[in-house]
Order: sequence, then structure tokens, then C-alpha cells
Amino acid sequence: MFKTNKILSAFAVAGIALFGAQAAQAQVVKIDGSSTVYPITEAVAEEFQKAKKNAIKVTVGISGTGGGFKKFCRDETDLQNASRPITAKEMEDCKAAGVEYVEMPVAYDALTVVINPKNTFLKQATVEELKKMWEPAAQGKITKWNQVNPAWPDQPIKLFGAGADSGTFEYFTEAIVGKAKSSRGDYTASEDDNVLVQGVSRDVNGLGYFGYAYYAENMARLKGLPIVNPKTGKAVEPSGANVENGSYVPLSRPIFVYVKVKALQKPEVKEFVDFYMKNAEKLVREVKYVPLPKAAYEGNLKHVKDGKKGTVFGGKNEVGITIEELMKREAKM
Amino acid sequence: MQPLTTEQVRALIAKGKLKDTLFQALGIIFLAIGVAVIVLLVGDMIIRGSERLTLDFFMNFASRRASQAGILSAWVGSLLVMLVTALAAVPLGVAAGLYLEEYAKRNWVTEIIEINITNLAAVPSIVYGLLSLGIFVYAFGFGQSILTAGLTLALLILPIVIVSTREAIRSIPAMIREGSMAVGATRWQTCRYHIIPYAMPGILTGVIIGLARAIGETAPIITIGALTFIAFLPPVPFTATGAEGATAGLFDWLMSPFTVMPIQIFNWTSRPDPAFEVNAAAAGFVLMVMVLSMNGLAIWLRYRLRKNIKW
Repeated sequence: MFKTNKILSAFAVAGIALFGAQAAQAQVVKIDGSSTVYPITEAVAEEFQKAKKNAIKVTVGISGTGGGFKKFCRDETDLQNASRPITAKEMEDCKAAGVEYVEMPVAYDALTVVINPKNTFLKQATVEELKKMWEPAAQGKITKWNQVNPAWPDQPIKLFGAGADSGTFEYFTEAIVGKAKSSRGDYTASEDDNVLVQGVSRDVNGLGYFGYAYYAENMARLKGLPIVNPKTGKAVEPSGANVENGSYVPLSRPIFVYVKVKALQKPEVKEFVDFYMKNAEKLVREVKYVPLPKAAYEGNLKHVKDGKKGTVFGGKNEVGITIEELMKREAKM
Repeated sequence: MQPLTTEQVRALIAKGKLKDTLFQALGIIFLAIGVAVIVLLVGDMIIRGSERLTLDFFMNFASRRASQAGILSAWVGSLLVMLVTALAAVPLGVAAGLYLEEYAKRNWVTEIIEINITNLAAVPSIVYGLLSLGIFVYAFGFGQSILTAGLTLALLILPIVIVSTREAIRSIPAMIREGSMAVGATRWQTCRYHIIPYAMPGILTGVIIGLARAIGETAPIITIGALTFIAFLPPVPFTATGAEGATAGLFDWLMSPFTVMPIQIFNWTSRPDPAFEVNAAAAGFVLMVMVLSMNGLAIWLRYRLRKNIKW
């Protein structure tokens, strides 16, 4: 009898401790979303916690842009990392749940086409040449370099690219082939960009594409292929400077962080966003992404202050939009 | 038929012996291949990761700088999740196994249950993750917490625990049961004082094999929403939390966000900076050591408990 009582009271204490103390949680800023934006947000979160002496906690997950938006629109996270603008479907989800947000571009991600350093004949490529290699019609037909351009040798092409679930794949196909998610299927695909880095670095006839950061960290074993700017006709090397001055088109894209309007009323989230925009330029550079002009970060803060709700993309992705244009546009929910 | 001559018999024996030697050699070769692969893997991890295996590595949180990044939140998270898993899976699994072996009537219902339990052991782990996302995270409202992860992995290893409990119970001779009942013990007393203690070594082995599998699981943990960057630990009971004047309750840590070792390793291998591969190798080695020491504990416990059994 005595024993049972003891067990029962232990359970009662456990119950009180478990559910009674829920109210006294520390301040937490919850972030989830794209793995492409992750390194930037992680760096900001790390510095922010240090600056606040750990009084405010920040958590960052990598559910992917799509998976993250699902949580964001279910009101589970405060901020959302996104490697593409919010889609029409996600806008509806957010609207249904009453989630309002401010869209903030935080950096450029330049998709880089890379080749093996031992490849001597390839000095540059045009969008048309890349399209010839990557469009669905090329499947099984375009297997040699000279089929793309007669000046190139009679050697097999080995293609490496992003997996079909990634934002990188979506943007590359839209920018090069002209239609999102439209690509040949017979190439080595991987969601893990390091697999692609290794593939191209080991194959003289390899050609692949991925985010600029992976190229920047592996310059010793890869060569970045200059892409001919369709407007000026000049070949432009993939580099931070060329992305910043806007000449590396069409393969550079802005990446975003979305913040929930309701969460901005919490002081810790507001402080985090302030910290993010004020330190972004330095930290973005440090993790090998390309920062936006200063005005863009200031613009983001102004938008947060003015409560500029919604997206400027209207649920569609766009290729080759400049950051200045982006900041000026009218946002819609 | 002519009787065999001595030479023929000798030739026959020699032939048999040759086959024996051949098979032995083959066995050694295959064993060597298996061992070599493990030694290579572990050796490779040690060599690549050794420079990072310092005390700081265990005491630092994740960082964008590879040389400063550590696994503090990951190993603490892994250990706490394992604790919840063991606390949930052991009572459930042992009770279920005991009931099926000692109490349940042999009929088609128990047949079906048995077949299903064996099948559950082969269900891909991500399915458990999806199940928990629906039940624990949303329906029960446990959120993306240590509790959810522990319960998810408990479900995952439950079939292993049940099956090994039943195997252990089955290996106890029937005379023990009969002897116990002959002196007037009830079924529960027989279980309590004989069956469970004697089956304990086998049960523990099953539990630890299950836990060793659970500690390496990534897919279900990612599905329920474990985090990647988390630079704080779950609250220690009765200490101050970040919030003003509040102290953490005894079980607050159960509701804390977390990360685990396999997620940390996965994240490090997929980063642009190759320096993180060193961290991944070092963390992989730590995870291997964790699994090995769990297996070692199982062997030691089994040995200790077997010594106490005197039939």
C-alpha cells in the first residue's frame, strides 16, 4: 500500500513539473527553411547569441525551402530561410492561417557552372550552349562536346547537377532552359553539392553547376566557367565582384529571409532582425556568399519598420531581376 | 560391390580433409574482408578526425568556423534522447513480450500480432518519423522536443525489444515454471521472481542492440523536426532559465529543442567548406565509440547477470 502511494505521488510531482513550468520558457527565436540560406543565418545566430550573452536563444533548422514554408505558414517558426520567393500555393497557406510576413532579400547566390581545371578548350559558354547541353531534348543525344559547339573536341561530356528537389535545380533550369524543372534526366544528380564537386574535380570532361559558395571553397580543384551575358555579349567570370555589379546574369539570384509580422512584436525577434541586417554584409562575405548593396539591408529594415507586408514576386520566380528593382516594387500579400 | 582398399579409403579421407581446409581458408578470407573494411573505415575516421578530437570539440557548440565548431549540443541531445527511448521502450517491450510468452492464449489473434511485430522490425525508419510527426508532434502537442524524438525511437526499437524478450523467455527451461507453480506461486510471482530475472541478460542485450540502432538514426529525427543549429543545452532541473526569475522544472528538458549526432555529421558533410569534413570524421568516430561502449556495456551486464543465475 505504502509503495503504491509513493509511486502515485511521484507521478503527481512529475506531472506538475512537466506541465506547470511550461509558462516560464526562455526567449527563443525559431528559424527553419532552406539549406542554401542556412550558413548565413547560422553565422548571424552564432554572433547574435554571443552579443546577447546567450540571454536570447536562436534555433535554426534545415527543412528545405518548401518544408520550412509549411512550418512557417502553420505559425510554428518566426523566420523562414528561402532560396526562392514564396509560391502562390504557400501564399494561400499563409493567408489561411493568418500568417503575415515581410520579405527580406539577404544575399546573392550565384549559380556557378564549373569544369575540370585540366579542361583547356572551354574558355566560356553562352546560355544557348548550356541550354543545348541541359534541355530535355538533349537526353541521350548530346553526349559529346562537339555536338554542342563544332569548335570543341570529339570527347564525351560528363554532366553533374542538382537533384530535382532543390531550389538550385529550379532556378538553373528556369534561367538556362527557360522553363523551371525542365531538364534532361541522364546526368549525375545529387542534393549534396560536395558529391558534384568531387565528380567534376575527378573527370576531365566533367561539367556541373551548384551554388557559388561550393565553388569558392574548392577553387583549387575546379574551374569556374565564364558565362556570356546575353545583353552585353561579354563573357563574365563567376566572382563576387561580378555578381555585385550585376554583370553575372542570368545565373545570379537573390536569396531571402521571411519574418512573421506577428513575431516582430516580440522584442527578441525584432532585435534579431535588426542584428541580421546590420551585420549581414560582413557575415555573408565570411561564409562565401555575395552580399547585397548596403542600401538593400537598410531598405529591409525600413520595410520591417513600415510593415511592408507580403512578397514582390506575386508567387512566381523571376530570372535576372536586379536588387534595386526588387526593393522598389510594391509588396502584396 | 568390392570392399574399398586402404588406399581408396585414404584418398577419400584426404579429399574430405582438403575440402575442409578449403572451406576454412575461404571463411578466413571472408572474415578478413569484413574486418578490413571496418578497420579501414574506423582508421580513416581517426586519421582524418584526430586533429579535432580535443576537449574543446566536446565542449563547443556548432559554429560557422570549422575549427571552433563542436558537438556539445549533439552528444548531450543524443544521450538524453536515448534515455527517453530506453525509459519508454523497455517497460513496454518487456511487458508485451512477457504477456505474449506467458499469458496469451495461442490462437489466431496472437498469431497475427506476432507476425505483425516481426514485420514492424523491418519497417523503414522514416515511416516511424512520419507517424510521430502526426501523433506526437501535432496530435499530442509535444512539439519538436526531446520527448518526441525519444518516443519515436522507442517505437522504432520496440519490435526488437519484444522479440528479444520473447527469445530470452523461451530459453528458460519449462521445469523452472513448473517448479515455481508446484510450490504454489501464482503466474505473476513466477514471472516476477523467476522468469524476468532469468531472462534479463537476453532482454538487456536486445535493448542495447536496439538503442545502438536508434542512436544512429537520422531520417525519423529530421522528419519530426530536429534542429541543426542550436547553441544551448536543455535546461538542467531547478536551475535558472533565461526567463526572468524562473527556474526550470524537473522535466522541462523533455520539451527542449535539440539536435543529435547523426544530424550534426550529416550537416557537416554537406557544407561548402572542406574543413568541415574533418569535423564530420571526428564526430563520426565519437558516434562509433558511443555505439561500441553501449555494446560493451551490454556484454558486461550480460556476464554479470548470468553469473547470478544458479539453476
